[in-house]
Amino acid sequence: MSIDLGMPSSGVAFVPHLPDGATPLGRKDFTSDQDVRWCPGCGDYAILAAMQGFLPELGLRRENIVFISGIGCSSRFPYYLDTYGMHSIHGRAPTFATGLATAREDLSVWVITGDGDSLSIGGNHLIHALRRNVNIKILLFNNEIYGLTKGQYSPTSRAGTVSKSSPLGSLDTPFTPVSVALGAEATFVARTMDSDRKHLTEVLHAAARHRGAALVEIYQNCPIFNDGAFDVLKDKDQAAARILWLQDGEEVAAGDHVAVRADDGSIQIVPRATASPTRIVRHSIDTEHPSSAFALSRLTSDGTLAHVPMGVFRQISRPTYDDMVRGQVSAAVDAGGGPATDADLAGLLAGRDTWTVSG
Amino acid sequence: MSKPVQQLERVVIRFAGDSGDGMQLTGDRFTSDAAFHGNDLSTLPNFPAEIRAPQGTIHGVSSFQLHIADHDVLTPGDSPDVLVAMNPAALKANLADLPRGATIIVDTDEFNRRNLAKVGYAVSPLDDGSLESYHVHALPLTSITVDALAEHALTRKDKERAKNMFALGLLSWLYTRPTSTTERFIKTKFAKKPDLLAANVAALRAGFNYGETTEDFAHTYQVSAASMPEGTYRNITGNVALSYGLVAAAHRAGLRLVLGSYPITPASDILHVLSGLKRFGVTTLQAEDEIAGVGIAIGASFGGALGVTTTSGPGLALKAEAIGLAVSLELPLVVVNVQRGGPSTGLPTKTEQADLLQALFGRNGESPVAVIAPASPTDCFDAAIEACRIATAYRTPVILLSDGYLANGSEPWKVPGTSDLPDLTVTFTTEPNGVDADGNPQFQPFLRDPETLARPWAIPGTPGLEHRIGGIEKADITGNISYDPDNHELMTALRAGKIAKIADTIPDLVVDDPDGDARVLMIGWGSTYGPIRQAARSARLTGHHVATTHLRHLNPFPHNTAEVLRRYERVIMPEMNLGQCAMLLRAAYLVDVQSHTAVRGLPFKASELAEVIRTTVDGLEATK
Ligand code: SF4
Repeated sequence: MSIDLGMPSSGVAFVPHLPDGATPLGRKDFTSDQDVRWCPGCGDYAILAAMQGFLPELGLRRENIVFISGIGCSSRFPYYLDTYGMHSIHGRAPTFATGLATAREDLSVWVITGDGDSLSIGGNHLIHALRRNVNIKILLFNNEIYGLTKGQYSPTSRAGTVSKSSPLGSLDTPFTPVSVALGAEATFVARTMDSDRKHLTEVLHAAARHRGAALVEIYQNCPIFNDGAFDVLKDKDQAAARILWLQDGEEVAAGDHVAVRADDGSIQIVPRATASPTRIVRHSIDTEHPSSAFALSRLTSDGTLAHVPMGVFRQISRPTYDDMVRGQVSAAVDAGGGPATDADLAGLLAGRDTWTVSG
Repeated sequence: MSKPVQQLERVVIRFAGDSGDGMQLTGDRFTSDAAFHGNDLSTLPNFPAEIRAPQGTIHGVSSFQLHIADHDVLTPGDSPDVLVAMNPAALKANLADLPRGATIIVDTDEFNRRNLAKVGYAVSPLDDGSLESYHVHALPLTSITVDALAEHALTRKDKERAKNMFALGLLSWLYTRPTSTTERFIKTKFAKKPDLLAANVAALRAGFNYGETTEDFAHTYQVSAASMPEGTYRNITGNVALSYGLVAAAHRAGLRLVLGSYPITPASDILHVLSGLKRFGVTTLQAEDEIAGVGIAIGASFGGALGVTTTSGPGLALKAEAIGLAVSLELPLVVVNVQRGGPSTGLPTKTEQADLLQALFGRNGESPVAVIAPASPTDCFDAAIEACRIATAYRTPVILLSDGYLANGSEPWKVPGTSDLPDLTVTFTTEPNGVDADGNPQFQPFLRDPETLARPWAIPGTPGLEHRIGGIEKADITGNISYDPDNHELMTALRAGKIAKIADTIPDLVVDDPDGDARVLMIGWGSTYGPIRQAARSARLTGHHVATTHLRHLNPFPHNTAEVLRRYERVIMPEMNLGQCAMLLRAAYLVDVQSHTAVRGLPFKASELAEVIRTTVDGLEATK
């Protein structure tokens, strides 16, 4: 049986917008009265500033926006935004967000998480939120280190990272968050960077528009415990050669290098001069099969940042979990003749097998 | 010619067989018939954790006990008067529970050398005289069933499977029950399989007719209808009653019910029942794990729904951190824990009450929650409503401690009228409730109601009340992050004080002491209610005066608890744990509560508790 839910196409389809002609909201409207307490120079400041600039652009009513975080430096984020917010427990933010987004279609629900929060203690919830395709936007601040607990290696730390808990170098093979998300059936996966306000804002817009779970990895610098982890991407000259800006329908290229499909299924970055034209990768975000996006995501798995795709890896359309859950409930309610009445409840309690005792 | 009928006041029947023999279904059907007949009753299913344990072995035995009477029934019965044993394992596993003189019906077809050897019988107990103190009816149930179905075009295996219906038919005859309600049930169940439908009906009738014609049974028995208060009745298990209680509470509160749950025995049935009630606006999410289950419920509550999560002991352990968060957030949350034997995986299908201290204290920090426990399968309905009332009125997690016995046990339930249910209407906060330093209207998420100490419930989507909540300690009134020592002291006291205040809206303990001069009090909580009341009844018959009372609220305790405990020279508390509630009462009231405990995965026998009462009363009299 298929249920026609008339699936909405935008991530904010049911979220009340400001009425036409209303004074648009500004950055100040989204700034809470709380002092921001990240370390000086922390990449989180730039992300917060970008967010406070971006939210008014959405045109939504402020009270219908909710930020939910887990635990970690980044998870203080909700306190600084004058929206509804919940600073929850370590790793579990997607679960609260799932309950909220399913109960309330009229909210734009954002999850703020870090690499430890989402990929270590909360790995299970992340993958399930993605596969279910709950209409929530997960912003994963990846600084490749534990900040709040003062500098232990994280599940995205490059192998061999020397940290307080790995004095001889970490031995774990790190996760590539984009690969994890693609493996978890995510319908929207993107990568951006704290320092690139314009690109960050573009990606946030794309995520907000997407109906379904969106995973946005944000490379974030932690100047205290892992300073300069992404510096090679911030230096203009180096960035030109390293960053592959993903554009739907365009060739995947950086400088005079271009991405080609290799025989083993991987994607290799080669000088354009040596690339066979039939093998050059043209990016397509809405290809149902995730293998090409996955191959792109593997370009960073060696930790060298030699070639780093930035932008939207994948954006496909699939019914969202919360829409379908609500669809089943409202179909049942409609079939029953509208919201349950006292008489309906009485019928339920009595069931079909009753007997009567008379005095 | 009909055989003579003998009147009985009560009878306890146990159906026992292999997990695959359909004993739970047989028991259920007999229960339904008894309920229709107007008997009061109580049931105790008992089954292995394995879905299909090796055939014919002791640990594959599944049983269903049923106590029916012409008067009000409090327990599923201490020991069966009748055992139906479908194989040697079923006989061996249950024989020790039978009093001498009990009736045993066995299927001799299954008493072959292989099956006997499987359970260590060198000689068949049917042949060695070891059962001579019992009334044994040894019948080739399987082959009579197969013969009765000779005309039916079914495999032998399918014919054999109908033997449980044959047994049910025989018992229906023996206890003078018509087979018509079960026939109706079979017709619905096998509506799409006419072959099986016909065979099962034929087997049922064959069993009935066998009783009528065989010489083996001299007379039948009759248990008359019980006199019960006027009303409409149905039979209901604890898990179904609990599910309906949640739905009824949400209905009366005007809230959407959102269940986040991960399957776990013996709580899964609540997830199943609620999943089927979408028509009542019920949203059920089967979560990826126990933690996600409670997280979903808390997220839904944040959004203005009634968030519920259901689990059993090991799951409660996993949810602990999130429940602590809900304590800090001060949002409504109902956590249903259908207790089972522990620790660890323990006894998944057996009952126990050993999660009380976990419910009260199993979280980090000072993390008070309300805890309540239903007393009987039907009380699961009312207890669920009470849990929702407390959760919504006080914006707090409430842990509802059911157990495996209540969950699967059933009894007749006088169906309540919906207008008799409490009004649980909730009002969300929609306007600022304070002013900021400059005198502008401001929302203060931790400004409390002076009566209940509950904080306002302002849900996302409400303009002007945007606020942030979280697990970090919050400043009183504003809810801003605060590490101030005095504030933490204050907030800790406020959270504890809020839970303590619940006692203002719960009923006092009611003492049952018909003689009026008891010196001994037996106090219980949860599912020990039936055995305690039954024990007191029988102790009183031998002149042993005893008072009983029952705690439904475990945190906070009712206001008069201390006064009641201090009224008696001896206080005994039976618990299916090692004395957890007794320890709480001792600590709270400095009363010498004596524990009587058992952790056998089974409810107390009333006779055992009656003996405890008699010994205590006699001991006290001797010192007079
Ligand atoms: S420790 Fe690192 S991530 Fe955390 S606030 Fe400081 S700079 Fe930012």
